[in-house]
Amino acid sequence: MSLGIEKPAAADSEPERPVVIGGSTRFVPGQSNDRITIVNGKVQLGQRLKDLWRNRDLLILLTRTELKVKYKESVLGYAWSMLNPALVLAIYYMIFKVISRTQQPHFAIWLFCGLLVWNLFNNSAQGSTTVVVGKAGIIKKVAFPRELLAMSTVGVAVVLFAIQVGVLIVFLAAFQLTPDWGSLWLLPLAFVALLVFTSAVSIFLSAVNVYLRDTQHLTEVALMAWFWLTPIVYPFGQVGSHLAKYHLTWLYLANPVAPIAMTFQRVIYNQTSYIPTKNNPGHAVVPLLPSYGDGWYAMMIGIVFVVSIGLFLLSLVVFGRLEGNFAEEL
Amino acid sequence: MVTNAIEVREISKQFKLYTEKQTSLKERIIKGGKMPFTPFWALRDVNVDIHQGETFGILGRNGCGKSTLLKCIAGILKPTSGEIRVRGSLAAMLELGAGFQPDLSGRDNIFLNGSLLGLSHADIEKRYDDIVAFAELEDFIDNQVKFYSSGMYVRLGFAVAVNVEPDVLLVDEVLAVGDASFQRKCMDHVKKFQREGRTILVVSHATDVMRQNCQRVMVMNHGQVITIDEPGEGIRVFLADLLGVGTLEHSESGGIVGNVLAIGTVTAEHGGSGERMHLYPGESLTITADVDSLAPVPNGMATIAIHDDNNELVFASDPDDPMCAVEVPEGGGMVRFHFPEVPLLDGTYSVSVGVRSATDTAIYDWKDQVTKFEVANPGRATGRVRLLPDISFRLRGLGYTGEVPAVGAEFAPSPSILPGWEESTA
Repeated sequence: MSLGIEKPAAADSEPERPVVIGGSTRFVPGQSNDRITIVNGKVQLGQRLKDLWRNRDLLILLTRTELKVKYKESVLGYAWSMLNPALVLAIYYMIFKVISRTQQPHFAIWLFCGLLVWNLFNNSAQGSTTVVVGKAGIIKKVAFPRELLAMSTVGVAVVLFAIQVGVLIVFLAAFQLTPDWGSLWLLPLAFVALLVFTSAVSIFLSAVNVYLRDTQHLTEVALMAWFWLTPIVYPFGQVGSHLAKYHLTWLYLANPVAPIAMTFQRVIYNQTSYIPTKNNPGHAVVPLLPSYGDGWYAMMIGIVFVVSIGLFLLSLVVFGRLEGNFAEEL
Repeated sequence: MVTNAIEVREISKQFKLYTEKQTSLKERIIKGGKMPFTPFWALRDVNVDIHQGETFGILGRNGCGKSTLLKCIAGILKPTSGEIRVRGSLAAMLELGAGFQPDLSGRDNIFLNGSLLGLSHADIEKRYDDIVAFAELEDFIDNQVKFYSSGMYVRLGFAVAVNVEPDVLLVDEVLAVGDASFQRKCMDHVKKFQREGRTILVVSHATDVMRQNCQRVMVMNHGQVITIDEPGEGIRVFLADLLGVGTLEHSESGGIVGNVLAIGTVTAEHGGSGERMHLYPGESLTITADVDSLAPVPNGMATIAIHDDNNELVFASDPDDPMCAVEVPEGGGMVRFHFPEVPLLDGTYSVSVGVRSATDTAIYDWKDQVTKFEVANPGRATGRVRLLPDISFRLRGLGYTGEVPAVGAEFAPSPSILPGWEESTA
């Protein structure tokens, strides 16, 4: 219809040859279409994993976006991300050190080790419940692996985790404490296991909350209970003997966050027991952590890791099932 | 051998229409886990192959399932049953700027949106300058998107989407954005995509967009495919079947105004009668009205009016034209209106016929929109009226040196058509 009077461009006369403009290779018919995407009602786990990997850049971007949106407009910026953990730390420290008068040395460091792990898990799980619902606009209009939204909340939590680790290192230096250098290799393993477990939980929760908006509130309550079921403010040593009496230690340790928190405490706090100095005539030893060697911790992490991988795959399957109707449910 | 870019096989999609949305646990428990819903099939056994390099349109009125199909192909919705295969990379433009974060700068949003559409970070970096230039936002790219005007927002969205350079592009009625110059740019880009052999799938109910851009169109209604055909025929089917215009109908005899004369059956015949329902622009049309009269009507004036499908008047005969005078004897006869050439383009037109008195204002009978005829344009001109411009081109200061082929013909630039072009630009 339109009468285009234009100088014939080079691209028109030879459309089959790749034309490079501005450094980017332009489209060549028949070259890039070897990839076939299949859309159907089924969940292909392998395909989902492949898609997640292919879109890893997007995960980083989504995480960065979340962080930027969260802190961009505030004057203190990322300092706010530290305020909540700092306050929690201060409160528990006050309660246990000043009011309950625990004689555990460097109690703040002990607390910090556990809270570090807990904050990562808690922030991800709590954030993931609303992330899919909150991003309805994108989900309805753009196709991309939606698991990445849930994983981006994990990404945000990891960034905050990194900041907290920095603060912890300053604390350690200030108190002149040294972690157990020989067992330091356990930390990356524990971190990876925690990451996989957290991702699994987050992906699951993000999908379920689309259909059952109660999940959000349920999660809040459940996380509160979960916190007290994890040895963070109290040492495992205090409950360990009671549990052993009823042969329930395994049940307690079935909480995947517990062995990981204990590993962090074991390596960073670097003390498995202490002897109180006041009101302790027999010089009784107060146990904090199991005094087994690194092997025990490594085994626990290994179990958590394997279970978490299973949960992760399961959560992808569940997500895949539920995802099909996201665009209509939101 | 035609390669298919998209193969849609037996796709069905069921939506559950809940009478009331109950998403809380409490309500689910009360209802025993079961929620009352009415199944609604948005798509039913849809089969279609879209060839590589083709621009394919999906036509249908609101709620016919065309957008649902597009979302299924894009992977946003999962079909209830069936399978879709897409060859090559795919980008969907269902809404421009979908996924923009208002709090982020234009730059950040380019990266975010590009990633959402499936580009890697390195790819976006390569195309970044092109995108900014295309969106004409060089000066504002570091501003937050929430401070953008809606035009800027949409421009940025389009710029990102087209610079993804997918093998298959899905477009959902988004091309009508921005000011005229930007729209032109968008259309140019679509044309460029077509030249490069990419596959484009457009969903719309705008028939002119379809006619101008598509090689084939599919008409849908109630989640099912009505027809897959050339744009001209597809649009005709769309207008006739879906807008409820219906096929040619003949009227029943009505009452007689003044009890003297009554118009009975009115029929339309055209140059293609017998072979097809519609006529082509430029063909002849004959409207014949059967007239009964109880007494002679010596001073009759036959009038005719033609309305288009929007009920806009296209033509009404001059009521005082002596050519329209008819003398009807007792017993009646046939009044014939003959148009040697109908210069109309696409549409369904209704014909009203009447006989009035030439001497006073008395109307003997008037049959409003009593019959219909359809014009289907095999070409790509759009609008209501078929005008045939002669177009030629000349350089400034010179005489007309040659002719450019008329509208509808393939424009092939060559030195013989444009003599002097090379010299003037060299």
